[in-house]
Amino acid sequence: MDGIHDMGGMDGFGKVEVEPNEPPFHETWEGRVMAMVRAIGANGGMNIDMQRFSRESLPPAVYLSSSYYQKWFLALEQSMLARDMIGADEIERGHSLRQNSPLARGTFSMKDVQRVMTRANFAREPRAKPVFAIGECVRTKKIHPATHTRLPRYARDKVGIVERINGCHVFPDSNAHGKGDNPQWLYTVVFAGPELWGPESDPTLKVSIEAFEPYLEQA
Amino acid sequence: MAHDHHHDHEHSELSDTQLRVRALETVLTEKGYVDPKALDAIVEAYETKIGPRNGAAVVAKAWVDPAFKKALLEDASKAVATLGHVARTGDHLIAVENTPKTHNMIVCTLCSCYPWEVLGLPPIWYKAAPYRSRAVKDPRGVLADFGVSLPEDTEIRVWDSTAETRFIVLPMRPAGTEGWSEEKLAELVTRDSMIGTGLPKQP
Repeated sequence: MDGIHDMGGMDGFGKVEVEPNEPPFHETWEGRVMAMVRAIGANGGMNIDMQRFSRESLPPAVYLSSSYYQKWFLALEQSMLARDMIGADEIERGHSLRQNSPLARGTFSMKDVQRVMTRANFAREPRAKPVFAIGECVRTKKIHPATHTRLPRYARDKVGIVERINGCHVFPDSNAHGKGDNPQWLYTVVFAGPELWGPESDPTLKVSIEAFEPYLEQA
Repeated sequence: MAHDHHHDHEHSELSDTQLRVRALETVLTEKGYVDPKALDAIVEAYETKIGPRNGAAVVAKAWVDPAFKKALLEDASKAVATLGHVARTGDHLIAVENTPKTHNMIVCTLCSCYPWEVLGLPPIWYKAAPYRSRAVKDPRGVLADFGVSLPEDTEIRVWDSTAETRFIVLPMRPAGTEGWSEEKLAELVTRDSMIGTGLPKQP
């Protein structure tokens, strides 16, 4: 979706403000939110792409004015409500009022902690050979799906070079919408600054994106 | 984040979020989705065990051990796994090397993708709009915000983490550190130098 989350190249957000000696969490609830999101994801509630899509789908004004973990919290609540995993009345009461089907992998408990501390593997068995080769010139597609995509706006309809082939991975555009892994070849595609930003661009700039094969066509 | 002059206002806002988070956790616990003790364990790991010192150890080892450096640049997941960190490294970690010609910088313009296992949780600025918007368009301006200035002809290579691949920058070893131990070198490796928004400390 062409959402507020797709920020690459936007102006007006000001300077990067660095907080010296920043703690992992500023408030206790932030850690609880992080852990709940990881736990529900790990045991089969929502996959990572569904979680990202739910955060992207927050109203733009909410997205911009909420802190990072507030966004995680709002999106977690929304997506669990949307899947009938919890009810609005239960949130209101702060207690469970009915039984629900368990998560696919059961209660997230101590035995699951080590698993969640290691990132999942997103590589899948390829169904075909990669269409593009390292060094090949490619053009990213001009697409504007209303659904989840990982092709940022600033890098659409641009010509770049395939620099790496990173294997065949779960396709977020499908996975975010419960349409399965739909594995696709994943490439690192690098663009020259002026191709992205025009003649005023820093001539020493090169930017790469991680591009799934369906995002690309022959240049 | 809280400023004294409107402390009360922020305090009540935070309390509201805190209450809502607590309510949700109670509901999820009562439904049998989560065991709060397991949530404690996740939080504790990120507060105490997983942080940029893991990445600093990787960089320092690459500085002193050419075979490890070669393995790291070939397959960072595999190379880092041999070091046995608390958070076992997932797949798809890619190390990118700074040279006198090229400076690498990592960003996630779409969300907050970051190599958690080697750097810990991302800092707020990494997840916030100013960095995510400008890193791919004006990286030298961003570097200036960090007090870093690079030669005009250095190529700036920005890696936008738009998939499940994750990146860590292998910064250049500072001059004047010949003969240093890995442990001593690791102290020069800052978090920002592994994101590419900083340089290692000078000896």
